[in-house]
Order: sequence, then structure tokens, then C-alpha cells
Amino acid sequence: MKDKSIHILNFVGLGFFEPAIRLAAGEEVKKNIIALLKKVLLPIVSVGLFLIIWHSGATYLYNVEKDARIEKALADRGEAAALEMETCIDSGDISCQPNTLPSPAQVWTAYKSLLVDHRVISEKKDAFSEKVAATNAKRKAQGLAPIKYTGRPSFVDQIFTSLKTVFAGFLLAFLIAVPIGIMLGLSTTLRSSVNWLIQIFKPVSPVVWLLLVFMIVKTLTKNSDSDSSFIISFISVGLCSMWATLVNTSMGVSSVDKDYINVAKVLQLSVGQKVFKIILPSSFPLIFTGLRITLSVAWMVLIAIELLAQSPGLGSFVWEEFQNGANDSNSKIIVAMFVIGIIGFLLDRLMLTIQKFVTFTEETA
Amino acid sequence: MAYIELRNVSKSFGTGKDRTEVLSNINLEIEEGEFVAIVGFTGSGKTTLINLISGLMMPDEGQVLFKGEPVTGPSHERGVIFQNYSLLPWLNVRNNVGMAVKEAFKKMTKKDRSKRVEDYVEMVNLSPAINKLPKELSGGMRQRVSVTRALSMSPDVILMDEPLSALDALTRGNLQQEILKIWNQDKKTALLITNDVDEGILMADRIIPLKPGPKATLGPEYKINLDRPRDKTALNHNEEYKKLRNGIMEYLIQIGEQRASKKENTYTLPDISPKIRFKPFSKISFS
Repeated sequence: MKDKSIHILNFVGLGFFEPAIRLAAGEEVKKNIIALLKKVLLPIVSVGLFLIIWHSGATYLYNVEKDARIEKALADRGEAAALEMETCIDSGDISCQPNTLPSPAQVWTAYKSLLVDHRVISEKKDAFSEKVAATNAKRKAQGLAPIKYTGRPSFVDQIFTSLKTVFAGFLLAFLIAVPIGIMLGLSTTLRSSVNWLIQIFKPVSPVVWLLLVFMIVKTLTKNSDSDSSFIISFISVGLCSMWATLVNTSMGVSSVDKDYINVAKVLQLSVGQKVFKIILPSSFPLIFTGLRITLSVAWMVLIAIELLAQSPGLGSFVWEEFQNGANDSNSKIIVAMFVIGIIGFLLDRLMLTIQKFVTFTEETA
Repeated sequence: MAYIELRNVSKSFGTGKDRTEVLSNINLEIEEGEFVAIVGFTGSGKTTLINLISGLMMPDEGQVLFKGEPVTGPSHERGVIFQNYSLLPWLNVRNNVGMAVKEAFKKMTKKDRSKRVEDYVEMVNLSPAINKLPKELSGGMRQRVSVTRALSMSPDVILMDEPLSALDALTRGNLQQEILKIWNQDKKTALLITNDVDEGILMADRIIPLKPGPKATLGPEYKINLDRPRDKTALNHNEEYKKLRNGIMEYLIQIGEQRASKKENTYTLPDISPKIRFKPFSKISFS
């Protein structure tokens, strides 16, 4: 049980919990306490320090903003107005709160309010689908599209929309980059013939890709009334992020150890077998490194692309909150920031775990 | 007609100014069932020679003949045991050997194939490790897998490219005996490339030194008329063995010296003396 859970933790890249488990099993107490201190407590301390710095920074900015408001009131409308402003701010009234970097506590409140909001919206949705269930069944029988809930999506819904977009984009990148990468890796002629194109397109910014995709998709979907923003954003994500995989795959395939190629020759493997049994397995580590970079780039550019493409998701959530300018908008943006960061981290761990499943490790134990 | 024959074989690498002729004018004949060892210094083109015979490389000049036919590429008939094992790290022992068996015996049923794999792995005493990955094996075990892989295809010739040079002395001795034991079973033609004269004498019927490259050629051959099976410790007191060993060593040392003397260049030093611009320590006073 103990060894198994340690193994699993190490496998998914959460090895820093290992000492805690060993400690729970009462194994080498002193050594494991030190290891636990190093691996778990120190990170917690640094997170705490970060929160303290954040809090004090936010307080300082709050005070600067507050003073500016009071002074402005004093200059514009006189002393009475200034006093009124000060009491208003101190009372915590929403109407006159200084708008600046939110403190950790405010962000936490915003996080909870987002969850509450999600619950409310989910309830509304359920109620709606219950209400239209009978109608939808009838419409289905008639061959009509069911009536969908068209209310505002909650924050959690936005997360799932973003994940959907990023996976669609990642899949697209995977389907384009890996086969092309393999072909490029196998043929020097092909590689040198498209090398310039790759070098030119690789550094192009996500925004430009979005515009390019927009130009094409807009024309192609002219006659359909479907929402093209999802298509635009996932294609842009795929195109931005595929380069790492493309380059890594072609490099991995072209740099297969000469010994393995010799083995393939001596065994007289056919071309197909050589590719699938020798070249691909031996370049898996590099391909997966590329895919990991691709996924993290995809997640990173997704936010920017959603923001610009007006497609639903975390990016547009951030942008809408910024435009909204409500008193808790800033806090919600910070919540989104953390959620984006944590999901990015989890996605990377997910890829790492898959990578460990399918690739070999070269070195001796 | 010899089983394997090399006629005036030359091989160069590089182009233009960087072109170096590694092997030059190699003539070699190996009879069926014979065990020939080629000894030489590192970098003398031994691996190139093996690659030419296995068909991984083509000669620039001359011909490599196998059973009277020119060699045009690698073939199952000539099994190669590589110096660095060249096992596929993502496959376990069973699959590494199985891949070779599958290629060599395409018509065999799956069951027969896996039986064959297991038999051959058993032969080198690796059955307990059959499901292990190469990284979980020691160097000696890996080389055994490599030997098994080559033999499982039942080649007519076994080409060994310094198969034991990366192993420690004890493992090396064991594996020498094992390879000899397997060779004894069906007396396949074998070519061993090595840098160890003792190993050559212990295993081969004939030893041929390879003069160091560039432009390496084969030296005079030494027949070994020692009775098989040969025992390493007993050999140490055998007069014939001592004579052979000394003869080959002397020859190798002699050609080694020739090579060293060839490289001797004289460099004339420019006639300059260092200039001292300032005296850094003169201003430091320790008061």
C-alpha cells in the first residue's frame, strides 16, 4: 500500500509527498521529518511569504488610491465632501471603494462568490431543462433542434469551455505536427525544402495567427449560421502551439541512434517496420517533450486568443471582467489568473504522466 | 572456393582533403566452419571491416564475396554481434530477440517463434530475466542478449565486433566460454574482431593482425593448433600458447612502433624571448 502510493505519486510527478507517506508509516522518522520540512514545509513558507508581500503591496496601493480619492474630493467639492468620502471608504461601501490590486482576502471572497454564482446558474439551468424537457422531446420527434439554455455561463462553465478549446487545438496540433514532423525527419530533402517556411512561421505571434485564421474561416463559414468563434480560436491555438512538436518530432526522427538503424538493417526490417518499430519508439522522448511544450503553449495563447476572438472561455471571462469594472472585477481577474496557472500546471503533469507511460528511459539504474 | 572472401578491398571516408583511406587492399579468405580472429589496435578500422562483411557498408574498391556471391547488403545469413550491444531500450529481452526471430522466420507460427525465443534465451541462462528491459540488465547480460539475438536467426556466419571489450575481466572470461560452447554445438563460421590477443588465441583457429590505419592492411596470419576445448588456466603453461602469444605480441608491438615513429614531427620554435613590460610586485611594500 505504502510503496504503491509512493510509486504512483512519483509517477505523476508529485514525489514531494513521499516523505509524508513514509512518515505516516513510521519509517525512519528523523530522516523523513527533515525531508518533509525541505520538500513540503519550505514551499508552504514561501507561499505564505508571497501572500504577505501581496497583502502589504495591495494595502499600500489601496491607501494610495484612497488618499487620491479624498484629495480629489477635497479639490473638487470641498472639505465636507472629502470627509464624507473618507467615511464612505472606511465603511466599506461598494459605491466608493478604491479600485486597485485586490488583497488575498478579497480574491478569496471573489472565488467563493464565483462558486456561489456557479451554483445559482446551474440551478437555473436545471430548472430550465426540466421546464423545456417535454417541449424538447416533442421537437426531437419533429426533427427540430432542441431549445438550449442561453443564459450567462458561470465561471466553472468558462473553464470547461477553455479546456475544450485547448484540447481541440492540441489535438489539431498533434494531428498536423507529428505526421509532418516524422516525414520531415525521414527525408533530408523535404526538411531542407520547408525549413525556411518553418523558421519564418514559428516565431509569429498568436494574435497574427488569430487574424489569419479569422480571414480564412470567416470566408469559409459565410453561408452557415453556426458560431465560428470556437473554430477560429481552436485552430489558432493549434497553429500557434504546433511548432514545438513539429520541430522536436523531426529532430527526434532524424537523429535516431545509428546503432538502432544498423540493427534495423541487419534484421532486414521493411521500411514500415523500421519507422514504427525502431524510429518512432526511439524518438518518443523528444516527441513527447515537444507535445508538452505544445500543450503549455496552447494553454498560454488560448487566453489571449479567446480574449481577442470573443469566443467564450477564461480569456473572455478575464476581458469581460476588466471591461465590467465592478468593485470585485479585479479580484475575479486574479482568481482567473490562479485558476489558469493551476490548470496549466495540472495539464503539464498530465502530459508528463502519459510520457512516462509510453516512453523508455535510456539510462541504467 | 572460400566461404567468405575479400578481394583487394579498400574503403575510405570523407571527401577531398579530408579523405582518409581506412582500409587498403585487404585480402582475406575464411573457410566454412572456421573461427577467425582479427586483432588490432583501436582505430585501426576493425569495425569498418566487419561492416563491409556484414553488408552495412560497401567497399570503394574490390569485392566482398559470401559463398561466391558479392555482398550487396545486410542479410540474415550473416549475424552481427555489435560492440555496444545495440539492444532496443524500449523492448524487453523477449521482444528484442523476438523481433529478430520474427524477421528471420516469417513463416513460423507465433507459438513456434516464442518457443524459439525462449530456447535461445535459455541457452545463455537469461530465462529469469526474459521480461526485463535492457536498462535493468548488467553489461554482461546485455551482451548475452545481443549474442542470443544474433544466433536466434540461425545465421551461417557470426560476425563479432569486439563483443566483449566493454566488459570486466571476469564477465569477459565467462562469456568467452559461453560463446565457444555455443559455437562448438554447430560449428558455424565465425569472425571475431578483438583487441585482446589472449582472447583471440583462446577462441580462434586462426589469428590475423590488422595493421593500424590509415591504409590498414592485414598482417601475416598465425595458425592456432591448440586442442579444443581450451582451458584458460592450463593454456598459461602451454609452450605452444606462449610461443604464439609472444609472436603475435612482438609483431603488434613492432608495427605499433612503426606507426609511432611515422608520426614523429619536428617543430621549430620561433626565436623569441618574453618581454617584461612592468614589474607587478615592485611597488608592493609590506610595511
